Amino acid sequence: MRLKTFRGGIHPPKNKFTALDAIRPMTVPQLVVIPLQQHVGAPCQPLVKVGDLVKMGQKIGEAKAFVSAPVHASVSGKVKAIGLVDGTLGKKIMAITIENDYQDTPDESISGQKNLDNMTPDDIRNMVREAGIVGLGGAGFPTSVKLSPPADKKIEMLIMNGVECEPYLTCDQRVIIEETDTMILGIRAMMKALGVNHAYIGIKITMEGAIEALHEKILNEKGIDVVPLVPKYPQGEERQLIYAVTGREVPSGGLPHDVGVVVANVATAWAIGRTLQTGMPLIERIMTVGGAVQNPGNFTVRVGTKIEDMMMAVGGYSGTPGSIIVGGPLTGFAQFHTNIPLTKQNNGFVVLTKEQAEPGEMTDCIHCGLCVQACPCRLVPHQLSKYAKNGDTAGLEQFNILDCRECSSCAYVCPAKIPLLHYMRVGKNYVMAKRAEQKK
Amino acid sequence: MDEMKLIVQAPPHIRSPLTTKKIMFTVVLALIPAASAGVVFFGMRALLHMVLSIAAAVLTEFVLQRLLRKKVTIADGSAVLTGLLLGMNLPVAAPLWIGVVGSIFAISIVKQAFGGLGQNFMNPALAARAMLMAAWPNQMVQWVTPLDAIATATPLAIAKAGIPDTATLPLLWDMFIGFIGGSIGETSALALLVGGIYLIYKELIDYRIPLAYLGTVFILASIFGADGLNSGLFHLLAGGVMIGAIFMATDYVTSPSTATGRWIYGIGCGLITIMIRFWGSYPEGVSFSILLMNIVAPLIERFTIPRKFGEVKKK
Repeated sequence: MRLKTFRGGIHPPKNKFTALDAIRPMTVPQLVVIPLQQHVGAPCQPLVKVGDLVKMGQKIGEAKAFVSAPVHASVSGKVKAIGLVDGTLGKKIMAITIENDYQDTPDESISGQKNLDNMTPDDIRNMVREAGIVGLGGAGFPTSVKLSPPADKKIEMLIMNGVECEPYLTCDQRVIIEETDTMILGIRAMMKALGVNHAYIGIKITMEGAIEALHEKILNEKGIDVVPLVPKYPQGEERQLIYAVTGREVPSGGLPHDVGVVVANVATAWAIGRTLQTGMPLIERIMTVGGAVQNPGNFTVRVGTKIEDMMMAVGGYSGTPGSIIVGGPLTGFAQFHTNIPLTKQNNGFVVLTKEQAEPGEMTDCIHCGLCVQACPCRLVPHQLSKYAKNGDTAGLEQFNILDCRECSSCAYVCPAKIPLLHYMRVGKNYVMAKRAEQKK
Repeated sequence: MDEMKLIVQAPPHIRSPLTTKKIMFTVVLALIPAASAGVVFFGMRALLHMVLSIAAAVLTEFVLQRLLRKKVTIADGSAVLTGLLLGMNLPVAAPLWIGVVGSIFAISIVKQAFGGLGQNFMNPALAARAMLMAAWPNQMVQWVTPLDAIATATPLAIAKAGIPDTATLPLLWDMFIGFIGGSIGETSALALLVGGIYLIYKELIDYRIPLAYLGTVFILASIFGADGLNSGLFHLLAGGVMIGAIFMATDYVTSPSTATGRWIYGIGCGLITIMIRFWGSYPEGVSFSILLMNIVAPLIERFTIPRKFGEVKKK
């Protein structure tokens, strides 16, 4: 079989040391901090007050907007505070702090198992919305919105993203291997909601155990196929995945549904499957804690667990940490401290040593072209970085800065250690600011 | 825990182990076979030429950066590489000071005057060689035979003179090994190819430029050349095409960074080389062809920006 892929990309060390570690339950902390925005779109308004007693799975935040997702209490207990806390993106965010009573009393609204056969596409969308399910791959786009494509776009297939191309992260791999049935149930639900007959699961050929696990289960599943892919970063980037699987390029400025495709992460399918099986909304997910910690692994983590509590549970750092990255080391977010809650969107965190995280001394661009070869969007990063430095918006636009997907492949390969992704973001800001100015 | 000092930066949080310094010294390493061949064929004087050129290049960079109060970057290996390349492009019988003068010119005028590493618009070693050729034309063509160091002409000069007797031309095999007159580091095609293949294997140079350059030379020489005397193979092995195509034209700074641009640039180098060799007054055209293509490289890059991902025809 010829493996499918895309042009460009990089081969960083995989470092998937936890690939074969079974999912373990993470200690549920005494305090959970539930941010009111764990998704792309409108932030939620709190539905509870300080001092209220809440139950596990109770909806505690909601927004009326279409592009949004409610948040739920991940433990039962008492609301201790509602206010600003530090978030993973380095900004203050509104959050509800709940003191755990360790009873895990489920909310009355939890209806138990649902039968997919009796559900209409609208029922599925409503269930997904009410369960607060968002894209668990990292972007956090509300899944109910994804399952409601515009009427004029004909959706031909669903592509499941099981690539997990970031180093260290292995939570999706464990979901595929250990939670296969739940995941497939979720895929079925999404297929039904979208009215498609085909789903393709994109997986890197090197993902140990995953393809075997899937082949066994989907042998009798009509319309679900596995697509083995070349192990390369960023194969899990939505557009590169669609291209590899279908040969179609999502038009610049367009969305996957423009080429008849909806892409969702395998973990998102798992979350939908779980809600169908238990009726419980999205209050916990699988995460990886990797890198320089004592006992790295894959864990079931309650939404709102802080990094510091997870660090305690894995036995602390091994050595002096250099960086703590929520997400993977190529696209994740570096944290200033560990008193920060993780959300539905986060697939875990990675601790890097000082040597790994040290960016290295920046030297002059030698025009080697490695960034050009690496860029999956076929841009010319070294040129864009120079325009960004000079604030040359005309040059930035001419060289298509807004098509950058921020995969950071260019900065990874740069031998002069130029922070190219940083300049890309600076450049994008210049162009966006100029366009906003022109609109006025 | 509060005392932890964490590094917070934009992604990526890990970097590839490759650095500019590693690239430069790997290229130097890839030049060692050809430089050694030069010493074997032309003796210790060849080594002295290369050492002097390198020393002059590094010292010039050091002194200039000190005087200009800039950061001293001699450790990055780029000046070493420039000096070595220039030394390898000298005839062994040339006066010893000539490489020193060339290196000073290469680093001060061609490189630092334009802003240092990455800013020069011409390959410093080649520009210096062209300057030396113009300033001291006699000293720069003092060719000798390998091992016994008897004054001789290069194969290209013999071919240029149009001597019909192919017997005076060296055997292609000797040209492949490097047993011919020429610059210190250019004669052994074999040693240069070893270095080139190593660099392509290490993914430090793009195969496109050498392939386009050598391919164009071979095809055009086969079309326009006579049998034996001016054949495609003869022109691949004669003169500086090998060292030029593998080590000079592939200089990152002065060649395009786009894939299509590299094809065009390589073909252009080959085309001009052949035009000079066949119809120009010089017997050799590698230096000038690369220098000319250096000048148009930014233009080529500008016109060969790849079609961005997702750029589709509007329906």
